[in-house]
Amino acid sequence: MKPPAFDYLRAETVGDVLEGLAQQGGDARVLAGGQSLMAMLNMRLAKPKLLIDIMRLEELRKIDRKADAVVIGAGVRQADLLAWPELAEALPLVALALPWVGHMQTRSRGTICGSLAHADPSAEMPLALVALGGEVLLRSAKRRRRVAAQDFFAGMMLTARSDDELIEGISLPVIQGSRVAFREVARRHGDFAIVACAAMKTATGVRLAVGGVADVPTARDWPPLQGGALDDVLNAFAYELGARDDVHATARYRRDLVRMIGRDLIGEVLQ
Amino acid sequence: MTRLKADARHSVRLTLNGKPVQSEAEPRMLLSDFLRHQIGATGTHVGCEHGVCGACTIVVDGMLTRSCLTLAAQVDGCEIQTVEGLAPSADRLGVLQQAFRRNHALQCGFCTAGILMSLDHYLARNPAPTEAEIRDLLSGHLCRCTGYTPIIQAALEAAAQLASSKKETSDA
Repeated sequence: MKPPAFDYLRAETVGDVLEGLAQQGGDARVLAGGQSLMAMLNMRLAKPKLLIDIMRLEELRKIDRKADAVVIGAGVRQADLLAWPELAEALPLVALALPWVGHMQTRSRGTICGSLAHADPSAEMPLALVALGGEVLLRSAKRRRRVAAQDFFAGMMLTARSDDELIEGISLPVIQGSRVAFREVARRHGDFAIVACAAMKTATGVRLAVGGVADVPTARDWPPLQGGALDDVLNAFAYELGARDDVHATARYRRDLVRMIGRDLIGEVLQ
Repeated sequence: MTRLKADARHSVRLTLNGKPVQSEAEPRMLLSDFLRHQIGATGTHVGCEHGVCGACTIVVDGMLTRSCLTLAAQVDGCEIQTVEGLAPSADRLGVLQQAFRRNHALQCGFCTAGILMSLDHYLARNPAPTEAEIRDLLSGHLCRCTGYTPIIQAALEAAAQLASSKKETSDA
């Protein structure tokens, strides 16, 4: 299908974006790489009155390495981040997860922040943000605020972003020497995950984050468990995620994947 | 700041396969439709129109792009390559196109324009690909005729041929 009619605003400053959002509110949508939003428009699942194109704003296209975090601007494409030479060292979990985002032909245009704004519960970047405990940097004409990953995702394709706010970027912590693992099961490589899991060794034990099961990516922290104790907490977690049957997989299959992939990945990072 | 009104047509200029072109588009017009209906460049095919099938894949400013997930207004001033630009002249096929023909890498041909664009872009940057890399690239395209095997064969053959032709040029 074709998109509904909308005005198109090519922003030349961040001020243009914030002004457009302030005036038009919920009837405006920010257009970055367009790899989710344009599909939503074509299917008429979104009917904004105004699209604000932010991709000509150089200031949003920065990957900024700070002492203990990496700040990724709203205009940074997935392919740009994959090609960033420091990625594997600074953000090893993102380096593992990013090749699973869509296909080469969509990563070339899709942005990191756009994937977060779209907030599909089975998408990899929301999962990585939650697993790493990152923050979303929101800005409106009136204020700036930082929202922690677990507070940002409010439900399936719902976020804590207000209608007048731009996702200016995200901040992902650099955790020195962290051991991480990522695995995903999908019908085809590049499809949305049936289950995706990220695991990370932490100071007190291990963290497992799961996408594709609950309506938001969900993380749990445990002490370094093994054997039957690990199986028990994974089983409880798998049920807490509230898996449901759908056309791709049954709830039971999803719980099985959480239990099995969870055990494998935790074994890997605690090795 | 430029604000284009929904109900009006606006000028869009771009470079298509090295030549400047210009036409008009409403803000909501997809790049795929702009190329086909406004410019008349019907080599780019439209399949699913939500970014999944890959038939409409083109190159915009050096980036592989689903033209159905792109607005004409977004690419004003950009450089675009489509399947029409692959052949060296009207009566000759390029190396990749010849390999497709030899290997029967197309049947109905609907997906072919997009796949050729992806492979042309990829081989130019990765001259010695593995089969696994080609398969990964092709995961962004749907072909319902071939079963993909002849497409992979054609891609590997074209890569080898392009690599050897480059060597000869440098020796000369």
